[in-house]
Amino acid sequence: MEKFYLCKELVAPLDRANVDTDAIIPKQFLKSTQRSGFGKNLFDEWRFLDYGELGMRADQRRLNPDFILNQSRYHDARILLARANFGCGSSREHAPWALQDYGFKVIIAPSFADIFFNNCFKIGLLPIVLNAAVVDRIFYEVSLTNGYYLVINLEDQTVTAPDGESYSFEIDLFRKNSLLNGLDEIELTLQHIEKIKVFEEEWRMKQPWLFL
Amino acid sequence: MKTLYDKLWKSHVVYEESDGTSLLYIDRHLVHEVTSPQAFDGLRLSGRKPWRLDSILAVADHNVPTTKRDDGIRDPISRLQIETLDQNCDEFGITEFKMNDLRQGIVHVIGPEQGVTLPGMTVVCGDSHTSTHGAFGCLAFGIGTSEVEHVLATQCLLMKKAKSMQILVEGKLGHGVTAKDIALACIGEIGTAGGTGYAIEFSGSAVSMLSMEGRMTLCNMTIEAGARTGMIAVDDTTIEYIRGRPFSPKGDLWAAAVVHWRTLRSDENANFDQIIRLDAAQIKPQVTWGTSPEMVTTIDGKVPDPLQIMDAVERHDVERALKYMGLLPNMPITEIRPDKIFIGSCTNSRIEDLRAAAAVIKGKHIAESIKLAIVVPGSGLVKNQAEKEGLDKIFLNAGFEWREPGCSMCLAMNDDRLLPGERCASTSNRNFEGRQGPGGRTHLVSPAMAAAAAIAGHFVDVRTVY
Repeated sequence: MEKFYLCKELVAPLDRANVDTDAIIPKQFLKSTQRSGFGKNLFDEWRFLDYGELGMRADQRRLNPDFILNQSRYHDARILLARANFGCGSSREHAPWALQDYGFKVIIAPSFADIFFNNCFKIGLLPIVLNAAVVDRIFYEVSLTNGYYLVINLEDQTVTAPDGESYSFEIDLFRKNSLLNGLDEIELTLQHIEKIKVFEEEWRMKQPWLFL
Repeated sequence: MKTLYDKLWKSHVVYEESDGTSLLYIDRHLVHEVTSPQAFDGLRLSGRKPWRLDSILAVADHNVPTTKRDDGIRDPISRLQIETLDQNCDEFGITEFKMNDLRQGIVHVIGPEQGVTLPGMTVVCGDSHTSTHGAFGCLAFGIGTSEVEHVLATQCLLMKKAKSMQILVEGKLGHGVTAKDIALACIGEIGTAGGTGYAIEFSGSAVSMLSMEGRMTLCNMTIEAGARTGMIAVDDTTIEYIRGRPFSPKGDLWAAAVVHWRTLRSDENANFDQIIRLDAAQIKPQVTWGTSPEMVTTIDGKVPDPLQIMDAVERHDVERALKYMGLLPNMPITEIRPDKIFIGSCTNSRIEDLRAAAAVIKGKHIAESIKLAIVVPGSGLVKNQAEKEGLDKIFLNAGFEWREPGCSMCLAMNDDRLLPGERCASTSNRNFEGRQGPGGRTHLVSPAMAAAAAIAGHFVDVRTVY
């Protein structure tokens, strides 16, 4: 996983609640056995007017001019501003893969679905929860400003707006350290290999029927 | 005083970090073709092997065709994904039920059916409906592909404990009202984010009276209420279901296991962070009208009127949903006419679901306006049992198609899908835009309600026709 650095990035607003993982990356793209390349099909059914299939070339598709990410002013956006319960639905990690592959580094919303939220940290995509009133305010400011940038400081756990207003956010210490240092979770867990083996042996003695 | 969740959590903690992040031991890992290939690639890249082979069971379910299996899989991309699972399982020595094995089926149907899911286990799978297995007093939850690789490599996961919620459903369900209706009524009550950050335990007399099939339906839909895990205490019903299953313990081990399993319940006066109460007698058959499971009402209800909604974001969402669904404000639910009927999915494809639908259909025929009605049993064994009981004949005589097991039209990764604008009465779990096919319109209902709609050609209160 890559380290997460302090950044100042352009914000794109996606103004709808309950954006589900089927919308983020539709099921036909889940047939890929690869881990990369999902960005070109991010929000496929909203971004394009034609029906997308795996392997189609993006430059031969019909763009939906009304979809927010198709507006040229958001092309370089690296922060997605979203509404409540973002990422609800399936556990597909393809959803955070697609967002990251498209170019997003940070998703800001008043709330996220649990599995999606968890999956983001595993790949170095930072989901930030800000309270609904703050998110409302940022949506409003984005709508008024051409080129709205936020500074994301993970070390200090702050999001800073162009007017200097700063909002703090919560993050588990363990997750923060993993992101800042780009740590591999499997490596970290395997540092406890002896503890796992001891636990497993005791568990097997206590409940042998779990090991049939 | 501990909750069932407290007990399951505590017994599986290997190690705890200072911020409460815990390393949790995983007893059972179910694997399917869609969310595993990248995890196996990760293992190969790092030169690792699965930690404990006997903890893993694999099956292909999402992409499998439900017709003409002997001809193989037509779609080359689906075929590659299933062949990739087969190769990964062969290479690493993982037990897999292959496509033409009688035991093949939807991962959340076959786990319990085989006795692979046992009380007190932590059960994970790269699929959000893993919550299903909580019906057996398990801590069961869906994971992403990075975590699939993590469990393969370490038999553990890094997690933080969730808050606890009890959903108490007291009283007796009315005739024709099922576990699916409880699930949808709960989601209508607390919303699709109501359970976010919580582990839910379902309890109360109405839950105790449910069969294991009903309990699985209820726990299955927990994720649609936002909670990653749902669970139900172990009782006689649980133990009787498990007895004699191929992978369940036998002899002395069985006796010892049962003693332990009976402790898998919340202590009296255990403290929950939140309690929701529902009166079973008040629950009516449910039908969703929108593009989120919380957009649900009762069969005697109406499609909502956006003009009556004060909150701007919510009003906008309802307007968008009605446009997508092709519905008008204030339209009675009973005037909605499905084009297709889907009875299946990890929510409602077990033998009891098929019996409930067949009971409504028996001796009748689907309406002329129904373009396609399919029954997709949850496993080869469910299909066999249904055929022994003659249910296949009832469905076929009524004009239904009787298919091979798999996820099928729940998420339309195989050939079973809606065409743009088509409307479906579906026993599945998600009515998201495009879920059953691009532009497809899904109404979530119980098997009995789907069957009744098939016969009438429009939604109808199953309590009045059966």
